Amino acid sequence: MSHGCLFFWGNRIHRRIRPDAEQNSDTLKCQERTMSVPAGKKLKLPLPSDDRRWRLVGATMRRHGYRPSALIETLHTVQESFGYVDNDALRFVANGLHVPLSRAYGVATFYHFFSFKPPGKHTCAICLGTACYIKGGPDNLKALEEAFDVQAGETTADGQLSLLTARCLGACGLAPAAVFDGEMVGRLDRMEIQQRVERLLNDDARRT
Amino acid sequence: MAPPTRVKTLKINNRDVGARQDETILEAAADVGITIPTLCQLDGLSNGGACRLCLVEVKGSSRLYPACVTRVEEGMEVLTNTERLTNYRRMILELLFAERNHICAVCVSNGHCELQTLAQDLGMTHVHFPYRHPHMVVDASHERFVIDHNRCVLCTRCVRVCDEVEGAHTWDVMGRGMDARVITDLSQPWGTSDTCTSCGKCVHVCPTGALFEKGKSVAEMLKKRQFLPYLKLMREERS
Amino acid sequence: MTPEELDEIATIERETTHQFQHRVSVCVGTGCHSAHSEEVKTALEKEVSRQGLENWCQVKGVGCRGLCASGPMVEVDTAARLYQGVTPEDAVEIVETLDTGSVPRLECPTDLPFFTRQTKIVLEHAGRIDPERIEDYIVMGGYTALLKTLTEMTPAEVIEQITTSGLRGRGGGGYPTGLKWRTVAIAAGTQKYIICNGDEGDPGAFMDRSILESDPHRILEGMAIAAYAVGADEGYVYVRAEYPLAIKRLRAAIIQAERNGLLGKNIFGTPFSFHVEIRLGAGAFVCGEETALIASIEGRRGTPRPRPPYPAEFGLWGCPTLINNVETIANIVPIVRNGGAWFAEIGTENSKGTKVFALTGRVNHTGLIEVPMGITLREIVFDIGGGIPDGRKFKAVQTGGPSGGCIPEEYLDMTVDYASLAQVGSIMGSGGMIIMDETSNMVDVARYFMEFCMTESCGKCIPCRVGTVQMHELLCRIAAGQATPHDLELLEELCDLVKQTSLCGLGQSSPNPVLSTLRYFRNEYMDQLAAKPGE
Repeated sequence: MSHGCLFFWGNRIHRRIRPDAEQNSDTLKCQERTMSVPAGKKLKLPLPSDDRRWRLVGATMRRHGYRPSALIETLHTVQESFGYVDNDALRFVANGLHVPLSRAYGVATFYHFFSFKPPGKHTCAICLGTACYIKGGPDNLKALEEAFDVQAGETTADGQLSLLTARCLGACGLAPAAVFDGEMVGRLDRMEIQQRVERLLNDDARRT
Repeated sequence: MAPPTRVKTLKINNRDVGARQDETILEAAADVGITIPTLCQLDGLSNGGACRLCLVEVKGSSRLYPACVTRVEEGMEVLTNTERLTNYRRMILELLFAERNHICAVCVSNGHCELQTLAQDLGMTHVHFPYRHPHMVVDASHERFVIDHNRCVLCTRCVRVCDEVEGAHTWDVMGRGMDARVITDLSQPWGTSDTCTSCGKCVHVCPTGALFEKGKSVAEMLKKRQFLPYLKLMREERS
Repeated sequence: MTPEELDEIATIERETTHQFQHRVSVCVGTGCHSAHSEEVKTALEKEVSRQGLENWCQVKGVGCRGLCASGPMVEVDTAARLYQGVTPEDAVEIVETLDTGSVPRLECPTDLPFFTRQTKIVLEHAGRIDPERIEDYIVMGGYTALLKTLTEMTPAEVIEQITTSGLRGRGGGGYPTGLKWRTVAIAAGTQKYIICNGDEGDPGAFMDRSILESDPHRILEGMAIAAYAVGADEGYVYVRAEYPLAIKRLRAAIIQAERNGLLGKNIFGTPFSFHVEIRLGAGAFVCGEETALIASIEGRRGTPRPRPPYPAEFGLWGCPTLINNVETIANIVPIVRNGGAWFAEIGTENSKGTKVFALTGRVNHTGLIEVPMGITLREIVFDIGGGIPDGRKFKAVQTGGPSGGCIPEEYLDMTVDYASLAQVGSIMGSGGMIIMDETSNMVDVARYFMEFCMTESCGKCIPCRVGTVQMHELLCRIAAGQATPHDLELLEELCDLVKQTSLCGLGQSSPNPVLSTLRYFRNEYMDQLAAKPGE
């Protein structure tokens, strides 16, 4: 991407969000809407690899007209498809949406939903929202940390289990809650949460 | 013919002041020689109201208002230098000094540092909060410049000048809260950046010794800022 | 879609439902869903099919009735029988006893104060309709309020009704909704936006999640009415990524509404057009703040901006933008349908209508409740909530999440409304209500909320970014018994600084839990203080 191009995009984007400057909102909307894709040109984005999941990411960008504001939606697709976001993905997305690299990185690291580490084979996310906290969430977390030798936010050495914490899953009526590979379970105690994780890990062993 | 500019009259520190309707309190105050402490604000860059040092009291409201982004209003009565405000400013500075590792004695900006000057002006002699002593890196990979994160106050002037004036948008902020840091490109060593044009604007707008030129020793980094209002003026004239 | 067609859909649906002798409703909200209610529903459907009773008994999924701890909930024939803790194995018995009686061991009493003492306006459809079928919503009168708005009212008249109702923002701010609508309506600019704030980030709150999962069309209709009133033609629903079921139901609802011409161009053949899109949050509590939310939709870091200018004048992409919370929007349809004056009859002088609370923590009946403003705390905790379990004693109720405070026993008889909650040092907040008993340590509670604010701080302004960290450290030291009286002084100084000088609501309200617990439970802090060295 040439410096001249970045200059254009960089300047345009920032002028729009200065609250103390005079702005014509109609022109702004016009600019924001039409700035990305030149009329009539079909955008052909080279994919980073043959991995089909890149097409999903490209599809999200296309669905939003390659607008810079689609950054977070696109990162969601990356996170969903690959389980994490990395520099290659950021480069691809930044390129497609005409967003500066550092801005893409800044956005990806601001939002805790996006992970930069590949997830373990299985994930267990323990809710530490207020209701769950009061009803024993931290105890459950400690039990898992001890039983599986892994810290919150990390993956076990063998890559089998990622232990995460969540701010609030919204299942407060069922505190304390946790999510096991996308499945939410409530009213857990130390024993049950350990058993459930063991079941997750053993299910694999049984299958192989 | 340009439309006539409305003038607003207000009081700043019990002085009657006339200001254009689109001026901020900070600008109106500066017009009559009243300085309000600032850190993240710089003429020529957009304002974010982030450092909270320029907060002023406005009669009739219990809220404090950031002077750098608040427009003047007719009949406003502003106080910029009350004991309460000075106290708050001092505490904010103390929080900054305790946040990272600011050691003036060995710093390239010793004697010409905005953070240091603010501390002196506001009478900060002690830091009442425990120092955090975070482990922060120094990135000297760039050919001509260095960034020492120990001295960064996250004013984001570098981000704004690189985006708004140079247009390269090499700098941005990563992370959140106390983990926030300024980064180049994909948080890579500055010297490996694809987008940096080595113009040096970021170095000169940086208020502390975080960004400096290689080859400068203690107290030798003098920042030259005349380019910024000059560029702003030239670009306005052309458009 | 014409008014006649809307009527016809309702009629057909009513006739279809009438054919069934019995209706079995299974709750498919997140709470019951996580207790495998989908499997219960499938088991019931299979059993009905196995007995050849498909034309006699209808099995449907419905939204949340509120008593989450007792799920999965199954209701037979609209409150005739209510079952709790149902498993797939119970399906056979339930179907067999449809005509003859009930299954006693599964029965959940429907005369519990939890059910009888609530006033359902926002949640009136929850548990009654299948959130995945627009026909269910239409048969309950859905989209007739929008029809009335577009064909019989001017935008000014709509705003008039909202203003008369006295509705205040339910996201926590309590700002008069009618006033906000008017500000956006008269703001200069031809492009305006509506945003529905579903970034319910308060830990312990799940009201908005429930509304979105149980009655998504209510939100779409409310947004359309709001858009008409203020002159917007585009809307966004900003939903936390942590709510996958809400997102799924909302997406389906938008498609259904568009397919039926109830969203999109020229709704009901009028010149009014309205498009809605979903935008996902990504794990940032600060994005519940209006300017940070706007930044997020614009694809940027969610750092707030100083206000003024307010989003009503300068919002999304610089255009006048109306931002309302999910629960606020959910109140629009009944207000338009029954009139603002009707709404104003409920509640107190300064707080009209009802409020949905997420009642959780150390209380017997945890779940979602909707009560009229002005009800007492005692009634909520002991009547509706069923009191404290395990024979323990009530200690405090925490409202307003990380921005709120703890209210002790002496205020149990206070009325719940915006003014009284502020007077006792808390806030209404979004509706999280966490009950604590004598086992809760108040210093630890304050520390917990400060940790939350610290990790959610965006980092833009110094007081919040560094202040919350310093306050958290001090609270940790106090909790560990390592702090001195000087540390407590420092904590109080910091509370004042951060409250007065932070840029946005997150920072400004982060000291509230500390201030509130210091006010009512100061002894717990004092007990933890170590003597100064040398004493």
